[in-house]
Amino acid sequence: MKEKIRIASGQGFWGDLIDAPYDQVTKGEIDYLVMDYLAEVTMSILQKQKNKNPEFGYARDIPALMERILPVCKEKRIKVITNGGGVNPVGCAEAIIKVAKSLNIKGLKIAVVDGDNIKDRIDELISVGEELKNMETGESIVYVKDKLLSANVYLGAAPIVEALSKGADIVITGRTTDTGLTLAPMIYEFGWSMNDYNLMSAGTVAGHILECGGQASGVNFLGDWKSIELTNIGFPIAEAFPNGEVIITKHENLGGKVSYETVAEQLVYEIGDPKKYITPDCIADFTSIKLEDLGNNKVKVFGVTGAKETDTFKVSCSYADGYSASASLTYSWPEALTKATAADKILRGRLENLGLEFEEINTEFLGYNSCHGPLAKTLHEDDINELVLKVSVRSHDFKSVDRFGKEIAPLILTGPPSVTGFAGGRPKPSEVVAYWPALIKKEFIKPEVQILEV
Amino acid sequence: MKVKLLDIAHGRSGDKGDAANVGIIAYDDKGYEIIKKHLTEEKVKNHFEGICLGKVERFELPNIRALNFLLHSTLGGGGTVSLKHDAQGKTLAAALLRMEIEV
Repeated sequence: MKEKIRIASGQGFWGDLIDAPYDQVTKGEIDYLVMDYLAEVTMSILQKQKNKNPEFGYARDIPALMERILPVCKEKRIKVITNGGGVNPVGCAEAIIKVAKSLNIKGLKIAVVDGDNIKDRIDELISVGEELKNMETGESIVYVKDKLLSANVYLGAAPIVEALSKGADIVITGRTTDTGLTLAPMIYEFGWSMNDYNLMSAGTVAGHILECGGQASGVNFLGDWKSIELTNIGFPIAEAFPNGEVIITKHENLGGKVSYETVAEQLVYEIGDPKKYITPDCIADFTSIKLEDLGNNKVKVFGVTGAKETDTFKVSCSYADGYSASASLTYSWPEALTKATAADKILRGRLENLGLEFEEINTEFLGYNSCHGPLAKTLHEDDINELVLKVSVRSHDFKSVDRFGKEIAPLILTGPPSVTGFAGGRPKPSEVVAYWPALIKKEFIKPEVQILEV
Repeated sequence: MKVKLLDIAHGRSGDKGDAANVGIIAYDDKGYEIIKKHLTEEKVKNHFEGICLGKVERFELPNIRALNFLLHSTLGGGGTVSLKHDAQGKTLAAALLRMEIEV
């Protein structure tokens, strides 16, 4: 058994810094590179891409990234784990095989974790009494099943552990929890029992710290952010030990900062009840976590406890729920706010005259109070140099949203003065994707692990 | 004496469906005693009047001198349903740090 392993975070979402994973494998020593590509909205985007082309449906940054890092990973024996397989992990693995062949790399095992996608099983599940009731409203999924864009179960660490024990160098999964990506190599390398819930929770907490990339190493830091070098940001690394202790750090020669405060901020990010951080692997107790700043960009995370996992998986379904569009115009001093307010009134009047139907029209003044609303400081109009009027609409009637898009440009020649900033053509309606969070009994889900070799 | 929350704490916020999560962390033990005593659910709900349309839930993490708040019905429906510019509530931690506390 290894005395410790170094697990590096490479991506916090699809769209994150492209060079971060390359830096992680080249600028210092690591054993594992873990990359989280999936947000809820990503699954529906990937499903749409796959509907258009069956070869797509995964994070298509991956093949280009693999071309850069595969030779290094092979040489340094770094294993890669990612959920960027999206709704087509097999397609993703095949694309990587193509890359490996073109680089003449041989002896590579790529594992595919599948079985999370239940979009085509909804009728079957309903027939056996799994109604996938909405966790917030209690409604049965029957109401939206014809509009479903995607339906995926959040799998945990177990299938990745299986993949690693089968000798995988790269593990490509569909919807796996962000935390499972980091926990799995600890279970595998240290031979942890998955019934040891304190250890499962320790690895899960490490996963939570890594899952948003740079957010644990100085990014989005509300403390003394100005003192942190972010141009060459070093993403966080979890140095894990067999007893469950973890040291969060980063490569020395990169920017960013790992301190008590930067790690603490990430710990409270997007959590609910801290005593019940529920994953497929355990229920971690975030009030048990102890942090010790060791200095030199090292923070020890220890003392984590937790409890047995629940008997359900979380399911995230997305469905088409109408259309939305949004448009912006910039107004300058003098009386910028009065002008923007008047333009909004004129626009709303015209939309009403046209008899268009909207579920919601939302007006915001960017550069003035769009972020903090009533909490923003009231500025004297003379102190406002300029602001952006942003109007957004949502409707189930496509034609109304489409027509809204045609009423913005006219404001330039038929509205208040000193207006600019309208470019890029008429805003087009985009599909609104709504979410349907549900639970499913674990017995209905059978994750599958297959190994492809090159 | 008035204390600016910005001077004694930092934090981070994000989305959980239509709810926003706002985590506030005190820089030291004294600061934690202040936020623990004064940042009540009611006070935070009042602070976010017109922004948070649902209830406010508060959770304590004394181990890292932090409080976590869930602001329900805050993000205009959440996800891509929301028409808000800050649909994920990313700036709401900063918004809470605007608060001044009488101690």
